[in-house]
Amino acid sequence: MAKRSTKSPFHKKLVNAIQNQVRVVREINTKYAAPRIKMTKWVSIALLGIRIYLIVLVIILVYKFITLVI
Amino acid sequence: MKEGIGLRARFFYRYRRFIKTLKIYLMIAGPGIIVMVADNDAGGITTYTVTGSKFGYDLIWFLILLGPIAYIVQEMTVRLGAVTKRGHAEAIFDAFGTFWGWFSLGDLLLVNWLTLITEFIGMTAALSIFGIQPFITVIIVLVLLIVMILQGRYWTWEKIVLLFCVLNLIYIPAAFLVNPSWSSVLGNGLIPHLPGGAFRGELFFFLMANIGTTIAPWMVFFQQSSVVDKGMKEKDIPWGKFDTMVGAAFTVIVAIFCIVVTGTVLYGTNIESAAQAARSLIPINQYAGVFLAIGLFDAGLLGAVCISLVSSWAFGEVWGWAHSLNNRIREAPWFYFLYIIILVSAGIVVLIPGAPLVLITLFVQVIAVTLLPAALVFLILLLNNEEIMGKYKNTKLQNILSTIIVVFIVTLSTFYCLSVIFPQYFT
Repeated sequence: MAKRSTKSPFHKKLVNAIQNQVRVVREINTKYAAPRIKMTKWVSIALLGIRIYLIVLVIILVYKFITLVI
Repeated sequence: MKEGIGLRARFFYRYRRFIKTLKIYLMIAGPGIIVMVADNDAGGITTYTVTGSKFGYDLIWFLILLGPIAYIVQEMTVRLGAVTKRGHAEAIFDAFGTFWGWFSLGDLLLVNWLTLITEFIGMTAALSIFGIQPFITVIIVLVLLIVMILQGRYWTWEKIVLLFCVLNLIYIPAAFLVNPSWSSVLGNGLIPHLPGGAFRGELFFFLMANIGTTIAPWMVFFQQSSVVDKGMKEKDIPWGKFDTMVGAAFTVIVAIFCIVVTGTVLYGTNIESAAQAARSLIPINQYAGVFLAIGLFDAGLLGAVCISLVSSWAFGEVWGWAHSLNNRIREAPWFYFLYIIILVSAGIVVLIPGAPLVLITLFVQVIAVTLLPAALVFLILLLNNEEIMGKYKNTKLQNILSTIIVVFIVTLSTFYCLSVIFPQYFT
């Protein structure tokens, strides 16, 4: 005897919507996987600079958060 | 006799040419003026009013310098949008890959949402001066902003927003109402100098705050998406630049007159917000105080109009949804859904009793600084790519100027962010 599904139509729709969005994110990741810009010396230096800047900023924010909590 | 006819003909020809040029400009005008005037949002107006009350007219020269800075940055977005026909979010994904793309998109959504909350704070504070309850203000604003975009035409939306931009000029009559000494305004305001003759911690804080209001990450994303949505082409770039120049002049004028109002009447008083300035001004000069409150509401509204749209445009570009104001709801449901969700959720936060609004206002400045350097550096890198920009890429002079400006803005914004996190080291 076939089992009757306990999932409501809303639940199914929600799961479908989430699955669709996951699929779209994967498509975006595939579409933009290779950066179009040529990685010259200056581009690499600029991107490295932003990475370092962001890492330092995050460290400062985490430090502030910890000192605030403690 | 013949000479008279010739003169009249020449005058008539010039007049016709002027009218034709004006018509072309009015068709192209919009993104530059809107982004620059919306730059004077609720946070911006607060910064100017507090600056005026602390330093009088002494920092007007500094605001004049910020006009060209804003123009040089925003002009690049006009070229990038007109040439690539892509918004900034999509351009970052395409050029720098998914890591920087997701980072920019996520950060943009967060910082825009938080900024939107500060716009609602400004608007509710402004209308509370007239005895209007915050929840009524939020409902009025939500209805107005939703109706504005649901009419289904970019052109109509843009012209309505331009009307709100004109209302931003209310600070000019307000300044005349308080009878400032114009010789002092010109004498103290236009000659570059440091108030008090020395560089102090408080002065540094206000210089940083004024720069922080000049270029915000959402402005880069907004103008580029707006140029694309309007359908501007390469041939429209000179008009787009002129539009941005007019907008930059507009924003500096509004900032100056705002400072003149508080610098004249409230100089030396302890003012912490634009709403407080308006309340303090009403007993002294009722009309000027009311104009200040109306200006604050309008500034918040303009900020909310632009910022809520930026996130929807950015997501639409990357997700591949239809994302134009020319689309009907049926054609672009996700674009409008996101716009409404962002707007409504930010409005609700302001109405939550005990919501940490002061913390949010401070947090905005910190989060904005995480996105600003990346957005500006990406802009310069994109504008230097010949494959993307062709003959519209940056010239050597543009590169020198934009690099100096970006380093200047990023450095001072970072210090401003640090002064918010560690105020004890900046007093």
